[in-house]
Amino acid sequence: MAESMTIVVFSGELDRALAAFTLATTGAAMGMEVTMFFTFWGLDIIKKERGKVGRGNAAQVMMNKINRGGANRLKLSRMNMLGMGTRMIRALMRKYNMEQIADMIKTAAGLNVKMIACTTSMALMGLGEGDFIPEVQEFAGAATYLAAASEGKVNLFV
Amino acid sequence: MEADAVLDCLGLYCPMPIVKTAQKIKELERGQVLEVLSDDRGIKSDMPAWCTKTGNECLGVEESEGEFRAYIRRLS
Repeated sequence: MAESMTIVVFSGELDRALAAFTLATTGAAMGMEVTMFFTFWGLDIIKKERGKVGRGNAAQVMMNKINRGGANRLKLSRMNMLGMGTRMIRALMRKYNMEQIADMIKTAAGLNVKMIACTTSMALMGLGEGDFIPEVQEFAGAATYLAAASEGKVNLFV
Repeated sequence: MEADAVLDCLGLYCPMPIVKTAQKIKELERGQVLEVLSDDRGIKSDMPAWCTKTGNECLGVEESEGEFRAYIRRLS
């Protein structure tokens, strides 16, 4: 049986997502079975770019409006500088032929990286299955993650 | 060294050379050699590591003027 690797993606920033997807795609390329478990702010990375995202009460609707999410809207965790720093990093990534997060998600899916969205965070934030990109195939909780992690040789929290 | 196929990864950084190598090697027969061209110096360490992990043979990584040529024999 192939070795496996898991990553809890808790953060929703561009730089942290970059680290998570770099390791996920490399692990899959090295023959590992990779599971990414997106929870809390990590859900921002896999939210749909277009259309209305989220429903529920006023607080949840407001949260999803302010914090729209989607791979192309992620910001740097440091030096965002009202978006200027993020734009600079994205431009540099293009200059050096590095894939943007949206491309890395597609690459990861092509390498059979399993992407799971945390159902508890989804409930908290008023998100449904239709609010996520199609690469997300599973919706589950902590037990599903821990079952995978207990078999994993590499388990990371980003 | 004579290779059966060449993969040009010039201008690409980690993780792309490894990801592309993993995809490309599937097109070769077992025993055939893939040459990977890269200018990311990480390849010197990454390619042998990838080969060890995937059960392929790294025949060497040559360096000349900032360009690296890694030779991999498909075994797995």
